[in-house]
Amino acid sequence: MKSTLKKLGYNRVHKQMNDVFLKYTAKVVFLVIITFSINLFFSGHYTPGGGFVGGLLAAGAIILLLLAYDLKTLRKMLRIDDKRTITLGLAISFIIPILLMFFGTPLFTHQYTYLQLPVFGEVPIHTAVIFDVGVYITVAGTTLLIITLLASEQFMAESEGADKE
Amino acid sequence: MTLIHFAILLPVIAAVGIGILYRFYKKVHLGWFVLPIPAVITVYLATLIPAVSNNQVIYETMQFMPRVGMNFDVYIDGLSLLFAILIAGIGTLVVLYSVGYLSKQEKLGNFYVYLLIFMTAMLGVVLNDNVLMLYLFWELTSISSFLLIAYWFTRERSIYGAQKSMLITMFGGFLMLGGFIILSLITDTYSIRGMIEQVPAIQEDPLSMLAIVLILFGAFTKSAQFPFYIWLPDAMEAPTPVSAYLHSATMVKAGLYLVARFTPLFAFSELWVWSILGVGLITLVWAAFNAIKQDDLKAVLAFSTVSQLGLIMSLLGAGALAVQTGAAEGLFTVAVVAAVFHLINHATFKGALFMIIGIVDHETGTRSLKKLGGLMTIMPISFTMTLITSLSMAGIPPFNGFLSKELFLEAMFALREADFSVLADVSVLFPLLAIVGSIFTFVYSVILIRGIFMGKQMPATPKKPQEAPALMLISPMILTLLVVVFGLFPNLLSGSIIDPAAMSILNTSEPLNTEIYHWHGWDSPALWATIAIIAAGALMYLFRDFWKPVYRLGADAFTLNYLYDQGLIYSRLGAERITDGYMTGYIRSYLIYIFGAFVIFSLITLINTDISFDWGVTAPIALPEMLIILIILAAVTAMLITRSRMVSIIMFSTIGFSLSLLFVFFRAVDLALTQLAVEAITTALFLLAFFHLPKRSRHEEHRRFKLNNLMISAAVGVVATVIGLAAYSNRLFDSISQFYIDNVYDLAAGGNMVNVILVDFRGLDTLFETLVFGIAGLGVFVLLKLRVTKEGENKYEEHP
Repeated sequence: MKSTLKKLGYNRVHKQMNDVFLKYTAKVVFLVIITFSINLFFSGHYTPGGGFVGGLLAAGAIILLLLAYDLKTLRKMLRIDDKRTITLGLAISFIIPILLMFFGTPLFTHQYTYLQLPVFGEVPIHTAVIFDVGVYITVAGTTLLIITLLASEQFMAESEGADKE
Repeated sequence: MTLIHFAILLPVIAAVGIGILYRFYKKVHLGWFVLPIPAVITVYLATLIPAVSNNQVIYETMQFMPRVGMNFDVYIDGLSLLFAILIAGIGTLVVLYSVGYLSKQEKLGNFYVYLLIFMTAMLGVVLNDNVLMLYLFWELTSISSFLLIAYWFTRERSIYGAQKSMLITMFGGFLMLGGFIILSLITDTYSIRGMIEQVPAIQEDPLSMLAIVLILFGAFTKSAQFPFYIWLPDAMEAPTPVSAYLHSATMVKAGLYLVARFTPLFAFSELWVWSILGVGLITLVWAAFNAIKQDDLKAVLAFSTVSQLGLIMSLLGAGALAVQTGAAEGLFTVAVVAAVFHLINHATFKGALFMIIGIVDHETGTRSLKKLGGLMTIMPISFTMTLITSLSMAGIPPFNGFLSKELFLEAMFALREADFSVLADVSVLFPLLAIVGSIFTFVYSVILIRGIFMGKQMPATPKKPQEAPALMLISPMILTLLVVVFGLFPNLLSGSIIDPAAMSILNTSEPLNTEIYHWHGWDSPALWATIAIIAAGALMYLFRDFWKPVYRLGADAFTLNYLYDQGLIYSRLGAERITDGYMTGYIRSYLIYIFGAFVIFSLITLINTDISFDWGVTAPIALPEMLIILIILAAVTAMLITRSRMVSIIMFSTIGFSLSLLFVFFRAVDLALTQLAVEAITTALFLLAFFHLPKRSRHEEHRRFKLNNLMISAAVGVVATVIGLAAYSNRLFDSISQFYIDNVYDLAAGGNMVNVILVDFRGLDTLFETLVFGIAGLGVFVLLKLRVTKEGENKYEEHP
């Protein structure tokens, strides 16, 4: 398996890239970052965080996998079409304000309520969070789309004007 | 949100479900699932008829964007109800017809989703009181029409027709928006009702003339009036159900609706009356004249539609005179009644004709008049229906077209009594043009009947002709039946539908008590005109070979289509030339534009305004901040002198991370978090992007180039610093942040102000920023994947 960085021409890094430690760490750190990103996202309404940062971090976690492994492996790990992800995210973002109209309020008047849950106690339920889910998914999807495209080996092989070593 | 709002939005809501359903279930023709939607709306609207014909109006409001005055205010009177019933009713028949017309192999999901979007858009146009919402729905009809014309998007003619219709109708629609804005500036309201109450104010304002012209542009482009009609014949590339629905029965009548709706507002104006009357009559004659020379059946119908729209338009122009003189006078009231009546009749007979032409096309495989003939015995049902509807279109008794045509002639004769204070006395022209137009109409109606069904049968049709299946015949049959029923018993309509609609055009509450007769007595000029039309029409048809060479006169260079095409070519060339002038392809050029504009405009503002610098308000610089600044400076210097790209990236990241630390010290935690994430991703992005860069060192650059860069950066730095200081020293307004601090919890139930602003207070901004972000991503995808091959063809590589 050739790593992405090898393809990029960084031969010296190559030896490191086959490092089992890096690959294993990347897997673990991936989970940590994703968890952190979800945490950031959900706490966004009350403490720092939100859909944009959360989405970027999620994309960052996946890019870490891309750097540690390579594009082919990544595609095997995550069978997601980023274009679809973008569509899904945009659809969520657009549907929420439209659905809110059914409450008889002007566009973008969010609704909220508080739920009593057994473990978590009082939990706020806010439509703004669902809207933010759309932002999260779109941001993550777009970032990944651009980066995986640039990394795409097929593209590199056929790219014209780029220097091949 | 009331039931009526729901009825308007029902098609578009259902479109989501229909689209999803089609992905997973294709056994049953999708049309059967769509059919109940317009049917239910029709029934619901029909239940409103009794109330509306008793002179009640229905007004329901729904808040959409109250701050900008853009609310979904539904207003139903006779006029809007008539249009709404036409839209939903014909829509039902068209969906039923399309089940037979479109085979299951077609992309049915696209078709019905577009059609449902159109339905909502069109209902929204006619049932709206708020001009901004009206404009929104108006453009939505243009967009859905564009999508439907380009339904077979692999055909070049479809794309051409779709683009043409979109360019022309959107051009008019945009001008119309300008007219609306002028009106709202004069009257200080976005409600059409509210505007009508302030007619005297509009009358006094000189700007109202401009508003009239702009709104008429919208109406004339949409309703395909001369000289904008050229898009309608090309729109015939759409599937026939679409032509029957959008480009004959409903969408093209939006312009008529607009004129009718604004008649109470603008009737005072001579400009309004005479331009509508004149354009309408010219369109009537010109399009009817052109319809005769067409060979494609749908082209004949397209020109015929244009001509009939002109007829109704001219009647509305004459109707405005009725508002001027007062409805009670009755002289021009007949014009309004005729307009409404002919609107209904046209929807019935032209809808049926389109469907029959679709059947002929479907069963023989051709629409060319040259290749068709003698189908009478093979397709007897279609023939009967064509006979009835064509004769109705030609104005032959006892069908409904005859009644409204006679009312039309009557109205045109009545115009001789009009007050010609503006124009010279041209009163003879009106009935004359009307009669000439009607003669042409008679001729092409006969051509339709004889060309398809009589004469000897042509063996050359691509398919062996046969009668259509019952499924396709039901819809045109219902419409043909209506043609006969309305023809025999016109007063079924007059009290319940025509009168309320005419009364809302005239803006009066006095009942009209219209009675429509077949027989007006021997002294009626309309009777003699009708006889003359039939006689002259028959003669012209018989001797058509003698005068048809007329069409060969006139060079191609003077046709409107030629002008349109040339205009398109030259505007594209011009745009390319301008764009090539500044799009150099180098990012450094764009940065120079951006920074140059920034520096120049800021300097102009700074020099021209009186500002003082107050050093007392600036905060002291703490040690950690100082350290970070030093790190940034060091990184910048290293970045400038290093030869390795790798080092540059690392230095660049250092700057970014230091900056986010700085944000932390300023307690902008959200900003710092985002900056950190962005930095991490940018670094990865840079690593990947560097592969594609040419192997050239920055140090081969010219000294002059470097000097320029230095000057620009220095100027930007100085200006940014000065603006920062000036802004901080000169607080002209209270800070907006206090509003958010006060309201973030009460109004939005959130604790994090930044995020609440993003998703709630300024949610719309975020929504469209997300959209831009997504589109940018897809744009990058297309740029990288779709590349021009050496042969100059666009090649698309599928994503691995």
